[in-house]
Amino acid sequence: MGNPHKAKAERGIMRWVDDRFPATQMWQEHLSKYYAPKNFNFWYFFGSLALLVLVNQILTGVWLTMSYNPTAEGAFASVEYIMRDVEWGWLIRYMHTTGASAFFVVVYLHMFRGLLYGSYKAPRELVWIFGMTIYLALMAEAFMGYLLPWGQMSYWGAQVIISLFSAIPAIGPDLAQWVRGDFLISGITLNRFFALHVVALPIVILALVVLHIIALHEVGSNNPDGVDIKKKKDETGIPLDGIPFHPYYTVKDLVGVAVFLFVFCVVIFYFPEGGGYFIEKPNFEPANPLKTPDHIAPVWYFTPFYAILRAITFSIFGLDAKFLGVIFMGGAIAVLFVLPWLDRSPVRSIRYKGWFSKIMLALFAISFIILGVLGVLPVSEGRTILAQVCTVIYFAFFLLMPFYTRLEKTKPVPERVTG
Amino acid sequence: MKKQLFALLFALLPVTAMAAGGGSLPYSMDPDLQDKASLQNGMKLYVNYCMGCHSLEHQRFSRAATDLGIPQDLMENNLIFSPELAYNDQMHIAMQADDAEDWFGAAPPDLTLEARLRGTDWIYSYLLSFYQDKEQSTGVNNAVFDLVAMPNVLEPLQGVQEKICAATDEPVEGQSPDPLTGKYQSCDVLRVTQPGEMEPDEFKDAVYDLTNFLAYVGEPSKLKAQALAPKVLLFIFVLGIICYFLKREYWRDIH
Repeated sequence: MGNPHKAKAERGIMRWVDDRFPATQMWQEHLSKYYAPKNFNFWYFFGSLALLVLVNQILTGVWLTMSYNPTAEGAFASVEYIMRDVEWGWLIRYMHTTGASAFFVVVYLHMFRGLLYGSYKAPRELVWIFGMTIYLALMAEAFMGYLLPWGQMSYWGAQVIISLFSAIPAIGPDLAQWVRGDFLISGITLNRFFALHVVALPIVILALVVLHIIALHEVGSNNPDGVDIKKKKDETGIPLDGIPFHPYYTVKDLVGVAVFLFVFCVVIFYFPEGGGYFIEKPNFEPANPLKTPDHIAPVWYFTPFYAILRAITFSIFGLDAKFLGVIFMGGAIAVLFVLPWLDRSPVRSIRYKGWFSKIMLALFAISFIILGVLGVLPVSEGRTILAQVCTVIYFAFFLLMPFYTRLEKTKPVPERVTG
Repeated sequence: MKKQLFALLFALLPVTAMAAGGGSLPYSMDPDLQDKASLQNGMKLYVNYCMGCHSLEHQRFSRAATDLGIPQDLMENNLIFSPELAYNDQMHIAMQADDAEDWFGAAPPDLTLEARLRGTDWIYSYLLSFYQDKEQSTGVNNAVFDLVAMPNVLEPLQGVQEKICAATDEPVEGQSPDPLTGKYQSCDVLRVTQPGEMEPDEFKDAVYDLTNFLAYVGEPSKLKAQALAPKVLLFIFVLGIICYFLKREYWRDIH
């Protein structure tokens, strides 16, 4: 099959390259000879989908930058210019705005997969920590990106979040002013957020993604059984339950990509505002520092943490409620970083953990969703109590983990993956 | 296990589902961007009745002409009034915002994105809800936007609408319907008392067209997006099927 001369020439080119750059070696290490467990299920699509969305954000972002005007005077109009006068500008912009929400959807599902199957446990602690750092950088990236359209919600959302810095005792007000670069959110804030959004943070995120994948490929992928496939190898040293990532998972992930793109395009073409959750309605009005919107809600992917912030309505030890709220909000994210050391279970996967772990994970997931819903809604007394209950559950999941994971009875883990 | 989780989730849902209810609107409308006659009429009404005060800063005449199927000469001769505006210009107005603020108390907002900001139901209801109120400097008030600074510019078409006490089909809070007629008594009923150029139904159609036009202006790309969407989705669907069979073929020997 094929032209022998051509094949020989290709080998010649590859040899020439390989003598100078480890192209073939890298291809093998990360794809064709990277052995992944053969029992990946639905939850394992979201890593590659996150990469796809990242590429989407970078490409559409580059094209948006070509027509966007990062000034307080011109930003809002330039977005409408992109929507109306730039060829395919509307599609590029909706791919970017919907992509931002899609990024968080796949990342949350990807993280939940990690919780389900204990993918953060030894020896994958660094995979988890790099991943968490990506998540943190992604939140900063999304927050700064949301200011750029310079709509009312862009402006007031940023105003609310940056003012949180001012709750820090002593240095707070100066710190908030330093972040804004002005006494209030202004064109100066917009300029610096633009620089961070399009240059600094994307570089950080890309670097972290490389670290995340290198760390993963060093220790190997976990799987729904939490079984270490490297323990059982054949005579050539290949894990018995492992299959080369390429072509097996590349073709499998393509199916996931098609399903994802279908849903993604339905949103882009028919519901680009995402029911007012992807693009909030007040953002169709230019930023006005003199007019506060009736109800300021962050974009949906921040709302669980926003609800935790608002749930703290009391002061303890002389610390005021706002500052405590900031501490709890920060703590809700920080506690995820130490997760690998909180889980003392002898098993990784939820399949073999005890009832306590299962119930706690379910309660955690439900309270996270409820907090997300509450974060969108205006405050009321009943909602604040519910948010407080959910906040307690959120933290209990993590802080009680060292106890319930150690004390509960686990099921025996099989020798090989179960499919 | 799963059933219990779902039961728990649903038990908690009603607590979270207490949505932030805004004031309900008296009318609703579904925009129809395929109805070019309606959009053209809406544009005609807009430039004649609204554009004295409300700009469409981001909407070009030429784009509207192309999208709504209005020939260039018709547009130039009948819909572009200002000698300073050309066919390819955006729909600016001559009135200065500072002057407008002095005259009306608030500068009339640009309406390019009004349909996306407030929604078409709001615009439609608002335009139908002016009523005579001699205490206001404009002589009118609005049931949807209390004490609004805008006069009822469509009054020549609509006639004079007044707020009266009458029987209505709309439920009134804290009142049970009349057992004989099934109607409620309300002093918030809006009724045209002096006819204008249009019959009430005719006027409603005109306001529909105007609102429909603003829905188009809010997102002109929607026409293109809706035309393109089925093709893109079909392509991805076929791609998905091919990928699925490719995957099945590759995975045949994995057990």
